Amino acid sequence: MSDRQSSNAYWQANLKIIYICIAIWALVSYGFAIILRPLLSGIKIGGTDLGFWFAQQGSILVFIALIFFYAWRMNKLDRDHGVDE
Amino acid sequence: MSQFTLNLIFIGLSFAVYIGIAIWARAGTTAEFYAANRGVSPVMNGMATAADWMSAASFISMAGLIAFTGYDNSTYLMGWTGGYVLLAMLLAPYLRKFGKFTVPEFIGDRFYSGTARIIGVICLLIISITYVIGQMTGVGVTFSRYLEVSNSTGLWIGAALVFCYAVLGGMKGITYTQVAQYVVLIIAYTIPAVFIALQLTGHALPQTGLFGTLNGTDAKFLTTLDQVVTDLGFKSYTGHHGSTLNMVLFTLALMIGTAGLPHVIIRFFTVPKVSDARKSAGWALVFIALLYTVAPAVGSMSRFNLTSTMWPGAETGQTFSQPAVSLDSIQNDDDKQWMRNWQVTGLLNWEDKNGDGLIQYYNEAGAEQEPLAAAVAEQNLQGNELTTVNNDIMVLANPEIANLPGWVIAIVAAGGLAAALSTAAGLLLAISGAVSHDLVKGALNPNISEKGELFAARVSMAVSILVATILGLNPPGFAAQTVALAFGLAASSIFPVLMMGIFSKRINKQGAIAGMLAGILSTLVYIFLYKGWFFIAGTNSLNDVPAEWLFGISPASFGVIGALINFAVAYVVSNATEEPPLEVQELVESIRVPRGAGQARAH
Repeated sequence: MSDRQSSNAYWQANLKIIYICIAIWALVSYGFAIILRPLLSGIKIGGTDLGFWFAQQGSILVFIALIFFYAWRMNKLDRDHGVDE
Repeated sequence: MSQFTLNLIFIGLSFAVYIGIAIWARAGTTAEFYAANRGVSPVMNGMATAADWMSAASFISMAGLIAFTGYDNSTYLMGWTGGYVLLAMLLAPYLRKFGKFTVPEFIGDRFYSGTARIIGVICLLIISITYVIGQMTGVGVTFSRYLEVSNSTGLWIGAALVFCYAVLGGMKGITYTQVAQYVVLIIAYTIPAVFIALQLTGHALPQTGLFGTLNGTDAKFLTTLDQVVTDLGFKSYTGHHGSTLNMVLFTLALMIGTAGLPHVIIRFFTVPKVSDARKSAGWALVFIALLYTVAPAVGSMSRFNLTSTMWPGAETGQTFSQPAVSLDSIQNDDDKQWMRNWQVTGLLNWEDKNGDGLIQYYNEAGAEQEPLAAAVAEQNLQGNELTTVNNDIMVLANPEIANLPGWVIAIVAAGGLAAALSTAAGLLLAISGAVSHDLVKGALNPNISEKGELFAARVSMAVSILVATILGLNPPGFAAQTVALAFGLAASSIFPVLMMGIFSKRINKQGAIAGMLAGILSTLVYIFLYKGWFFIAGTNSLNDVPAEWLFGISPASFGVIGALINFAVAYVVSNATEEPPLEVQELVESIRVPRGAGQARAH
């Protein structure tokens, strides 16, 4: 039963990391690049505004960072809960 | 050396490499054929995934889509990359832990149902076959443009090549040829982009050049581009003109559609460990981003180059300071040779409507706005005189527009072929795996020997290539609509069912089947209502215009609604019926933890 409990704690911790990453994923793409773009239009970047940069460059870079962060954080979590390979 | 000889040398060399790899990577077991024996390093797999993913559409069409629409088509950039975040966190590691060979196999085991598995196979076949037609057409077009053979000869050459390495090597052969194809396509895409960014902005990096200052002026490149296109009556490049709701929904449909594409998912079955599957999705996105962050620069800069070719004054932002390009110059000057080349293909055309010897390019719909209205009156314009500009020539003609040397043009040709062939091979593998593993072994003849299954896999691969080639030779009228269909189905059927299978222990057989059917049918009906039943022109029940869309949702974005319907129906039906059996709940427990994935190799 202790096995099941530790794997439950592991799964809850995994879900928490996923929620955080998905929130950032949505914020940069649907938020900064689309819905919040008018609010950010005061911040100028290279002939246009921050929202445009997020739509065509920034969100992709954040996506990459998110995946590597998730992979790194999960490797640590795997080891902490003794479920690594 | 003539351009034709150069093209022949570069395309021939790249093909020799692919065939060499095919001979080296022959598959001897089903594990090698379906999953490259799970021995591919995460970086290699990332590169192969990038080539698998980036099709003729990414390589040839995407920059053109962005060029002529600007900011509003950023949906493609975010949508076709954001799906990898979902894959890395929600699907890939758990499916790798599951440790089998195909996507329908997971659906069948998790929902303890042969019916669910067959529905999975049908979705997979519709998605992959519609998708592969586009790739084969792309191969034919590229061959006929650069090797001066007929479209059908080109297609058969491409099919023979794919046959060599896909049938012989299976996933193993395909993986290593895809790595080589990635290298070819990224070089082909980047070299012209760097040259053009240097010419226009002095930046060697197209990603920063896009936000740099236009050479010879004090103004930012994007500011000048906005100025020039609005002068000519077009919508501004950086502005937001469409509906915000559809932009959000379309991006989301592309993201969850990407994560649900079977030929992408199976690539993550080839890595040794669960942690490698997570990391590999990151590497895949790094390699994809090398093209996707360059694409908006290619799009905007080629739009600028095209416009300043037509209006020489545009080069400094003073659009009407000089007369438009003359007919005489287009027909005789060396630096306009590319226009004559592309006129032959029918992708570019012009007509001197007002007979003044000049070709004036502008947007008729914006003709009342100043300063265009003044120019129309003064020059007695009778309509836009650059009558055809196809999106696709923006990438293919890019090196010629910028006057780059012949070997760059030859590399772009080899790159276009690499993009189309690598995606075609990945799709064909997904198709043959579903037929030989899920239909033949799973349903028709469970006792088939390993050798027999490997033979069945090779035969179904050969048949798939033949079918794809024939469909590529006679593309059905709906070829252009298939992107919406493939992504809509992947988003509304495969992504939700996989996600629920992993993240819920309560979703049972009845819920999954009802959910999948509800998701697919609602999406198909919505697309057919606006695009014509089974895509037959003229049979659409409603007009495909924003005013008639339900709540303003475009058919291409409906996959998101289909997915929501799938989730809702599966939840309600599962809660009204009994829990899944205990061993299925334990299966879910076991795929959630990485430990033990190595043993799956023994399968």
